[in-house]
Amino acid sequence: MKKSGGKLRKGGKPDSEILVKLEMESNPESLCIVRATIERASEVLHFRETETRAIVRSVDEALANVMRHAYAGAPGKPIEITCRRVHVSENGRGLGGMEIVLQDRGTKIDPKKLRGRRLDEIRPGGLGLHFIRECMDVVEFSRKKGKNQLRLLKYLRPADPEARSEGE
Amino acid sequence: MKIAARESQGSTIFDVSGDIDLAHSPEMRKALLGEIKVKKIPKVFLNLREVRYIDSSGIASLVEGLKASRDMGSRLILYGLSTTVREVMQLSRLQKIFEIYDSEEQALAS
Repeated sequence: MKKSGGKLRKGGKPDSEILVKLEMESNPESLCIVRATIERASEVLHFRETETRAIVRSVDEALANVMRHAYAGAPGKPIEITCRRVHVSENGRGLGGMEIVLQDRGTKIDPKKLRGRRLDEIRPGGLGLHFIRECMDVVEFSRKKGKNQLRLLKYLRPADPEARSEGE
Repeated sequence: MKIAARESQGSTIFDVSGDIDLAHSPEMRKALLGEIKVKKIPKVFLNLREVRYIDSSGIASLVEGLKASRDMGSRLILYGLSTTVREVMQLSRLQKIFEIYDSEEQALAS
């Protein structure tokens, strides 16, 4: 599974199109609203149900991490979410996909600390990042102009070969 | 999220519905630890049939409940997991450490 990269296509058509842009505050009660919005956006792009759940889960976990770590649980702090339909090239193939970028003005996060914990440990906590990495094709963190930025990308893959052969 | 408690033959059954997310997992944790550590209930059942969503903080609250039940020599038993909850259990690779049943009947008979 590729965890970085995903180049935008160069050509006549637009590389990306904004599906929805949200501004929210770091209040956990608002997470359900974002989940519902991302779910609908994924459905519009025709992601399968399992993929839609994976995207929703990733965005939710990423937002929870912003609230808990970047803002240390403080409510009322700004978070921006931009969700785009994108065209990417992977290994020379053109693919559609969904890109979600989260931005916050919280504490600078050390990328070296962005590691999920070992799963053989039976203890609470530390699972969120593991969920994100398992569910998304691209997970990129950066810090720009005083903002933490997390870029998530999920490729829209054609139906698996088994499903295709059944239909042929 | 809503949590409703029932009593059955000295055990507690929690019927949980809605989303166990960052906003609500503290409530889940409090309910579990209250029954397991404070009331010292020997068997606590969690009916998750109506749970639409659970995040990592929700899973963490269940793990805390499980650890508390092991410390107390009691049991925490889950049943009625929806597809979403099962997926998250599998992702966290925790499905084997919990006692999980399909139905209330099977859970109560365990």
